[in-house]
Amino acid sequence: MLLRHTPKEVIAREGLTINPAKTCQPIGAMYAALGIHGCLPHSHGSQGCCSYHRSTLTRHYKEPVMAATSSFTEGASVFGGQANLLAAIETIFSVYEPDIIAVHSTCLSETIGDDLQQITKKAKDDGKIPEGKYVIYASTPSFVGSHVTGYANMVTGIAEQFAQSTGEKKEQINIIAGWMEPSDMREIKKLSKELGVKIVLFPDTSDVLDAPQTGKHEFYPKGGTTVEELKSIGDSSSSLALGCISAEPAAIALDKKCKVPFETVDMPIGLSATDRFIMSLSKAAGVEVPDEITAERGRLIDVMTDMEQYFYGKKVALFGDPDQIIPLTEFLLDLNMKPIHIVSGTPGQRFEKRMKEILRRIPEANFKNGLNADMFLLHQWMKNEPVDLLIGNTYGKYIARDENVPFLRFGFPILDRIGHSYFPNIGYSGSLRLLEKILNAFMDRQDREALEEKFELVM
Amino acid sequence: MEANIHFPDPSKVREELTQRYPAKVAKKRTKSIIINDPETIPEVQANVRTVPGIITQRGCSYAGCKGVVLGPTRDIVNIVHGPIGCSFYAWLTRRNQTRPETPEHENYITYCFSTDMQEENVVFGGEKKLKQAIQEAYDLFHPKSIAIFSTCPVGLIGDDVHVASKEMREKFGDCNVFGFSCEGYRGVSQSAGHHIANNGVFKHMVGRNNTVKEGKFKLNLLGEYNIGGDAFEIERIFEKAGITLVASFSGNSTVGQLENAHTADLNVIMCHRSINYMGEMMETKYGIPWMKVNFVGAESTAKSLRKIAEYFGDEELKARVEEVIAEEMPKVKAVIDDIRPRTEGKTAMLFVGGSRAHHYQDLFTELGMTTVAAGYEFAHRDDYEGRHVLPSIKVDADSKNIEELKIVADPELYQPRKTEAELEALKEKGLEINGYEGMMKQMMKKSLVVDDVSHYESEKLIEIYKPDIFCAGIKEKYVVQKMGVPLKQLHSYDYGGPYTGFVGATNFYRDIDRMVNNPVWKLIKAPWETAGNGKGAELEASYVTQ
Repeated sequence: MLLRHTPKEVIAREGLTINPAKTCQPIGAMYAALGIHGCLPHSHGSQGCCSYHRSTLTRHYKEPVMAATSSFTEGASVFGGQANLLAAIETIFSVYEPDIIAVHSTCLSETIGDDLQQITKKAKDDGKIPEGKYVIYASTPSFVGSHVTGYANMVTGIAEQFAQSTGEKKEQINIIAGWMEPSDMREIKKLSKELGVKIVLFPDTSDVLDAPQTGKHEFYPKGGTTVEELKSIGDSSSSLALGCISAEPAAIALDKKCKVPFETVDMPIGLSATDRFIMSLSKAAGVEVPDEITAERGRLIDVMTDMEQYFYGKKVALFGDPDQIIPLTEFLLDLNMKPIHIVSGTPGQRFEKRMKEILRRIPEANFKNGLNADMFLLHQWMKNEPVDLLIGNTYGKYIARDENVPFLRFGFPILDRIGHSYFPNIGYSGSLRLLEKILNAFMDRQDREALEEKFELVM
Repeated sequence: MEANIHFPDPSKVREELTQRYPAKVAKKRTKSIIINDPETIPEVQANVRTVPGIITQRGCSYAGCKGVVLGPTRDIVNIVHGPIGCSFYAWLTRRNQTRPETPEHENYITYCFSTDMQEENVVFGGEKKLKQAIQEAYDLFHPKSIAIFSTCPVGLIGDDVHVASKEMREKFGDCNVFGFSCEGYRGVSQSAGHHIANNGVFKHMVGRNNTVKEGKFKLNLLGEYNIGGDAFEIERIFEKAGITLVASFSGNSTVGQLENAHTADLNVIMCHRSINYMGEMMETKYGIPWMKVNFVGAESTAKSLRKIAEYFGDEELKARVEEVIAEEMPKVKAVIDDIRPRTEGKTAMLFVGGSRAHHYQDLFTELGMTTVAAGYEFAHRDDYEGRHVLPSIKVDADSKNIEELKIVADPELYQPRKTEAELEALKEKGLEINGYEGMMKQMMKKSLVVDDVSHYESEKLIEIYKPDIFCAGIKEKYVVQKMGVPLKQLHSYDYGGPYTGFVGATNFYRDIDRMVNNPVWKLIKAPWETAGNGKGAELEASYVTQ
């Protein structure tokens, strides 16, 4: 057994987190900044932070992930990191020539009290930021929230620091992407196009973290929301935030700064959440939903009806991030499945409230988020009440193997399979792909383990 | 020696690598970009700060301490004191394999432990939470050892992990709890963390168990971390040759092994950079000499085995080692005979680690490939130029912060395994006793040596030299491959391996053959990109005639 020391008996812990279902803020900030065209993320801390975040994102995407660091040493930690950041800004603009540097803080720079707003202002005053170039920032202390918080903070920083209102409204809608894959962002753009709605999607990592092999390394790949687009978001007619934890804070900030009204919907995972997304977007733009989208929906529901026997009553354990867990849990319930054990390391009352509402349909479910809501606890719950399916990031494979449970890789990070950057999990077609994967997991197991006389040709 | 291959004008290369840098940065980088001459080895600036803003391969002290040195020992509960990220990123990502004695034996490598420090802990101090975490780990697992690793905020807010560890150790009585001050900002790279780890393991583990293991030829294997099963292959060879492995630092190791390591009669060192401190300290305290070896490369493995036999000076062992080599080499030769015609004359670049950029050159030599440029990520001058430069290395402010333990001979356990005269005689025979010649002596004249290579310099080097393969790590992997050049990861081996010993050498030959000769590299361009698109062209077709 790979996790041989995990006991069945659950004893409450307060000090020790074991096998976390989250990581720290800066990696989320780095990911968000990669969704801006011509932007180089910059980690204001020691080298290890930047190295670890780049490595994790690279393993997840199998793509170049460029980012720079302030390379703190003990001296900088004692005297403050201003000199390091100013030197970094100068070096970066002369060597890597980005349009934007997106600086995020770390636990180190936050503990010593470095003020990114003040330092970036000084960089500007000292003439270290070339004409037409930008340095933006987000405060992302690792000891608060999780990687999702870091993503939300950077997206908020992007909105606040780029948006301008010219007083003239544009016929366009902002879609603020929660933490989703480049494939998902591509799908959002596809759906919006089918609806005939002009949108500005930000951030947008498609064509950045799924870049083609051309024999040439594009330091700043073709994708990413452009500065031009980002400046225009203050003039958009409204914003749609996809996810109450990772996207809504940016929508609020934008509303405060430029009076752009917003609506928050769940990330469109599964039937009901996609329905709400399509409804909201069509209403916001005042357009009718085209037949093609209705047909796409029809194909999803067709599979749900055709294969309903394989979903019914199946127990599921899942772990991951709030904006995915909320609609995914709802989708599992729509499929007549039983999501009975759910953990997320990300804290948040909004998250808890939404989960409580959804889990009214299944009162026996275990749900915990925030401190000590880790995979160790999830595994213990699974030992007490076994499940038919485990859903989560790659680290779940150790539990799945020990407990002999079919495993669906979903979330961040996925280090041992490809596909997530290319094929969406959102919208009707993304949800159909999820269904295919869930069915394959069940049916492959049935085929593998069925008695010879019970082996089925047609299923 | 000078290669048949054409080296570009080295001074021009250097100019091109640094021309985009601001003047001060260019001046600094120039000292780390050196044209090699194996006869009169030039000085390489190494182990100095990376310029802020430069995209570097380097990581931090915590990574070197917890990730590299302590990570591979399977029965220690390693608790990371800090916010969640540091523990998360070091969770199973280094591929140090381990093989517990039975399915019941302890193995915590699959687990990730953290105090998940919150804002209130940063403001009011985190020691209370740390002690609570240690207590919970003890109650849950009853491990032999618990190690505590400090992350950046810990040192800044003044949490004392050593006092907390001592208190808990005394409270438990049957669990060795100890801490490491390996905050990420210490030193200039992972290297600081290696040193801190060496100190801690030496202070808190080595020497706790004096049981003398059976075996005539007993040694410790230092600086081998069992990535991809490297240590398994070396263990196999040792066993076959009748050499007893007391402890491995630290691939596939246990607490018991490390505590007993001082009973061995020789330390052989693989990764000089990360573990030479341990060799030195064990020599001073216990009288165990250390010797540099290299089990990367089939010839190097044979050579290292012969050196070990020579050290012990036993004819029977020498004969046995020759038998093992005679048995293993034909299998290696069969593979290399098949592959070498396809790899001969190709070029490689290696920018990795603190020893791998040196060791792996042996494998490329066996493949008939030339290393045109190489450098380390976090090594010191002695790893480049040889240990003879140690007295002339200036200790700067960043290195001064790392504790140097004052070691003296143990009044009871010090026992020189060899007399001074015997050691001198062994050195005469070419054994690197307490010594290391470094990487540059082995590299060709006019080849390029670059310390702490930056992203920008790597891209330039590839453009200029167009190597057939580039060796580095995960952060560089897809950047280089996007340029149409295959990249071999020498930290994680691209999830393959082992690459040590005889079996490992053949694995590496096959992998490199596959990579440099993969037809996919010729398929990158779409046909319409090379032959022009269909616009304006006429359809070429013919009628079926029958």
